[in-house]
Amino acid sequence: MSEESAVSEAMSTGEAESQLVIDIRGATKVFNPGRSNQVEALAEIDLAVEPGEFITLIGPSGCGKSTLLRLIASLIPPSSGSVQVNAKPAEQARLDRDYGMAFQTAGLFDWRSVTKNIELPLELMGWSKGDRRRRAAEMLELVKLSEFAKHHPSELSGGMQQRVAIARALAFSPSLLLMDEPFGALDEMTREHMQDELLRIWKETETTVVFVTHSIPEAVYLSTRVVVMSPRPGTIASTISVDLGDRSAATRDDPAFFKKVTEVRIALREVEG
Amino acid sequence: MPKIDTMAETDDPLVREHRLKQQAAHEERRDAVVRIVRQTVTFVLFMALLAGLYTGYKAFGQAIDDRQHEWAVVGSVLPRTDDLNMPPVSEIFGQFGETPGGRDQIYVKILFDEALFTLREAFAGFMVGLVIGMAIALALAQWRRLEQGLLPYVIASQTIPLIAIAPIIVIWGRKNFDVFPWEWQDWMSVSIIATYLTFFPVAVNGLRGLQSPRPENQELMESYAANWLQTLWRLRLPASLPYLFAALKIAATASIVGAIVGEISAGVEGGLGRRILREAFNYTTGPDRLFASVLGAAVLGIFVFLVVTGVERVVVGNQNRESTT
Repeated sequence: MSEESAVSEAMSTGEAESQLVIDIRGATKVFNPGRSNQVEALAEIDLAVEPGEFITLIGPSGCGKSTLLRLIASLIPPSSGSVQVNAKPAEQARLDRDYGMAFQTAGLFDWRSVTKNIELPLELMGWSKGDRRRRAAEMLELVKLSEFAKHHPSELSGGMQQRVAIARALAFSPSLLLMDEPFGALDEMTREHMQDELLRIWKETETTVVFVTHSIPEAVYLSTRVVVMSPRPGTIASTISVDLGDRSAATRDDPAFFKKVTEVRIALREVEG
Repeated sequence: MPKIDTMAETDDPLVREHRLKQQAAHEERRDAVVRIVRQTVTFVLFMALLAGLYTGYKAFGQAIDDRQHEWAVVGSVLPRTDDLNMPPVSEIFGQFGETPGGRDQIYVKILFDEALFTLREAFAGFMVGLVIGMAIALALAQWRRLEQGLLPYVIASQTIPLIAIAPIIVIWGRKNFDVFPWEWQDWMSVSIIATYLTFFPVAVNGLRGLQSPRPENQELMESYAANWLQTLWRLRLPASLPYLFAALKIAATASIVGAIVGEISAGVEGGLGRRILREAFNYTTGPDRLFASVLGAAVLGIFVFLVVTGVERVVVGNQNRESTT
């Protein structure tokens, strides 16, 4: 607990400017090694992410972007190479609860109210009931769902559920937010709205975000850096920096925005061969 | 109850919200009452229908019997009947108020006491079966190899006829179960038979329930570095409850059946099983008593089913009800 707050404190005061949030060197992942159904999912990945960045991983299906995210989350171990999060092995970062995670399906627990869903990680970390309630209320305010505190997930729309999932992922103020196609199942209008909400939350919380998507406009609109991946085996084909300043509705019509979208599209086309 | 106007003239959102909530609670109570009334009426009508069919067929079967010569063809296809084979509904129900020879209690009271005795056996067996079933489900969910290895035997255990093992368990109980600190009673052997029927649906459905969380939910718990117990308590057990209760409804009625069959084949005195067996012996002198005692067993089965349903509504009911609104 104290270690975590120390880390996030160091981040916000800028003391640890040079410390990388994610440092991946030569990481590979082979599923079912030595068997007939062996799959080389990732080959020789190098990736460094600075504090406060918003990174999207984009690429065709099967390029291993979700696998890469799970390596960072230490939900699966790399076959070789090293994955460091907050200057420690990813496994340790997971045990220290250094990151929050959101998935394609909101994955809320139906039997818990919205508030209790957000409290879940806090319960696991041994927070007192009062602290949990207070933090859940703060998080609900952050995602603008305060009036639905006592509702159950099944009563909420898909976009609202995803917002609860984001609130849950950020409830314990992790310095890193990992998102696996969280808006993939939403309709286009809700999706754009959620992107704006996410950017607002990203700025307010000063979190580092790694975001998996296969939507090019989404990647460009959200990120400070787009990582384009190629399939079989998954590698990082190119990295495209995006500097569009503060995003707003106008950004989506900005020629600079379209230029970046085209740039990413060309990079992806090359990847697909 | 006065109707609450949702469009009440007030600008205070808190007041409005409060009124809306009040109305929602009121509607919920009203819906619950309507549901119970509807279910009760349906049940009574259905029972009346069954009694009507029974009485109707009985009249028909007796008519065939009375006119054997004219209705010979029909009589050779459809079974004939009489008061001995199908005692009138009125007599069956009338039996509940009678005092059988040598007793100073009315029949329904005797049945009630014996039902309690059987219920105790069944309940003890049910609880033990629940624990054993969940333990098996947990073990199988934890070790996949075990699932492949052990599950066939769990299934095979249910193919052994109950009638065959019941006397064995009673004999073992009388002769060999002196390792327990308490004195082994015959009814405990009957409980074991109830356990035998209970643990199976609990183990199979419990396993399905424990494995029901989606992979992302499992990954979410892992991302929080939750340990096995935390994952079990906060994810897998709550997720398994709907599956578990489906099994418990089967298990509860099965435990009653197990207890009754156990009493019959083990010769245990004091419960409904013995009662049914005795009434079957005395069938020719009082067929209505056999029917009445079987009805008593049915009522006991329905009772335990309703108890489990009630517990389910309290434990998991809230979220189900809300999701339908």
